[in-house]
Amino acid sequence: MGSTGEMADQVEVMKGINRKPGVSYPVLTPNLKGFQAAVKAGAGEVAIFGAASELFSKKNINCSVEESLQRFEEVTKAAKEAGVPVRGYVSCVLGCPYEGNVAPEKVAQVAKRLYSMGCYEISLGDTIGVGTPGGMIEMLEAVVQEVPVGALAVHCHDTYGQALANILIALQMGISVVDSSVAGLGGCPYAQGASGNVATEDVVYMLHGLGIHTGVDLPKLMDAGAFICRSLNRKTSSKVAQATCKL
Amino acid sequence: MGNVPTTVKHCLSYQQLLHDHPWLPRWLLDQKSASSQEYPEFVKIVEVGPRDGLQNEKEIVPTGVKIQLIDKLSQTGLTAIEATSFVSSKWVPQMADHSEVLRGIHRDRHVRYPVLTPNMRGFQDAVAAGATEVAVFGSASETFSRKNINCSIEESMQRFEEVLSAAKQKQIPVRGYVSCALGCPYEGSVEPSKVTEVARRLYELGCYEVSLGDTIGLGTPGSMRTMLTSVLQEVPSSALAVHCHDTYGQALANILTALQMGVCVVDSSVAGLGGCPYALGASGNVPTEDVLYMLQGMGIETGVDLSKVIEAGDFICQALGRTTHSKVAQARANQVSR
Repeated sequence: MGSTGEMADQVEVMKGINRKPGVSYPVLTPNLKGFQAAVKAGAGEVAIFGAASELFSKKNINCSVEESLQRFEEVTKAAKEAGVPVRGYVSCVLGCPYEGNVAPEKVAQVAKRLYSMGCYEISLGDTIGVGTPGGMIEMLEAVVQEVPVGALAVHCHDTYGQALANILIALQMGISVVDSSVAGLGGCPYAQGASGNVATEDVVYMLHGLGIHTGVDLPKLMDAGAFICRSLNRKTSSKVAQATCKL
Repeated sequence: MGNVPTTVKHCLSYQQLLHDHPWLPRWLLDQKSASSQEYPEFVKIVEVGPRDGLQNEKEIVPTGVKIQLIDKLSQTGLTAIEATSFVSSKWVPQMADHSEVLRGIHRDRHVRYPVLTPNMRGFQDAVAAGATEVAVFGSASETFSRKNINCSIEESMQRFEEVLSAAKQKQIPVRGYVSCALGCPYEGSVEPSKVTEVARRLYELGCYEVSLGDTIGLGTPGSMRTMLTSVLQEVPSSALAVHCHDTYGQALANILTALQMGVCVVDSSVAGLGGCPYALGASGNVPTEDVLYMLQGMGIETGVDLSKVIEAGDFICQALGRTTHSKVAQARANQVSR
């Protein structure tokens, strides 16, 4: 719930969707004001976005990591009172577009703060997709010392093609929640033309191939991907979608 | 169990644990957590772009461009570059200039330049053109074998036996390939035991290395693990390589799995040259740049200079008038300068 151009219709969207029972529809709320507006619009779950890099925090949300955590504490407090679950995100967990390398300990610290203030789950984001399995292992080893693995998720970007390999490693380390984006929607704002989010279709394909149950219907997912790509007049970033429609 | 924290729930009830994490029994069987996982210290990259890559590109590339590409790749630190294929130009017109290419390239003394030789005729032509290493291509699927090389698996093995026998006499090493190792465009799924049989035959006939190919990229870490578990019973990991296609985006995850199982040779193609002939417009070979990026990030030595490979990739993409399939190359090219 912010004021960026693409998200200006937040209330309309929240009120307009057909909420399916058993599905949660979390919304981003960077501060208390956003949280209050979200609850008013009917949000049943919210999310807050921290960073493991000071420079990224300053450039992205105009305050230090500590200041952002204080804002978030207001949100989690209000959310607790309202009985609204909160998901926490940590960005730049495997590298920062400004600072370069990010220390695993810093990631662990921020994750721990978010967890202790009441986030039920912390999603660790490789914001610019620079991470590889080596860095993923190191980072996760540091984080699981502070946050139980059952409360962790990974949010891998595919900018360098490493996302599925990184997700596989995370699964092997006990992570069982993965963020992904249908059709790989969302480029990388730090590298024009480069890809961003990992495609949900490709993740689901891998998980099903591993015999892991997701509950997701891949053909229906691909329909949704085809729909949004048509509407946006762009090609899918999902390789599974590309391969399947052309066979 | 109400408001009991999940971790406590799992301690109290194994059923609950399995319900919440259905993958756990298989994971436990592996008995290795990712952090205690061992990886090879060194991985050899076999660059197949000039052959497998260009063979599957729509454009027929001029001989001079092929030679330039191979020469550029020879400067990157790669030690194996598949140069061309001595198959009949009737079947594969893209490789009709095989002798010219082999004679025209500047051979770096640290690099081997294997060429495909499907039969004795091809082998003899290759030797006449100066080949010092050859490769033979088997299949784990009967239908694929018949459709692709016009004979049964058994017949192809007999042809390879001739090639291997002749190669042995001339002390020319032979690399074996098994295609459709994780699925066939005609037969669908392929039994790991079939892959094992073909791999074993090639190894016993004298191939120093057998490259297992996921020809249409269907494989996932699950099927890779199952297939390799079977093959490793008959062929040592030191004699195996994986040739993963990225048609379904699974290549790097599959390669990672293979590394975890002790394989330390990976085939890849600069700029991801070579689409998939069975799914028009879909991608094929995994880009060498993306593989290198992953290995470097894991601290695994390859001896290959990523920037130089990116340059070679830029060169061939310009020559072909197409964009690279490599995400690493795309990201580097598009990085907003800060």
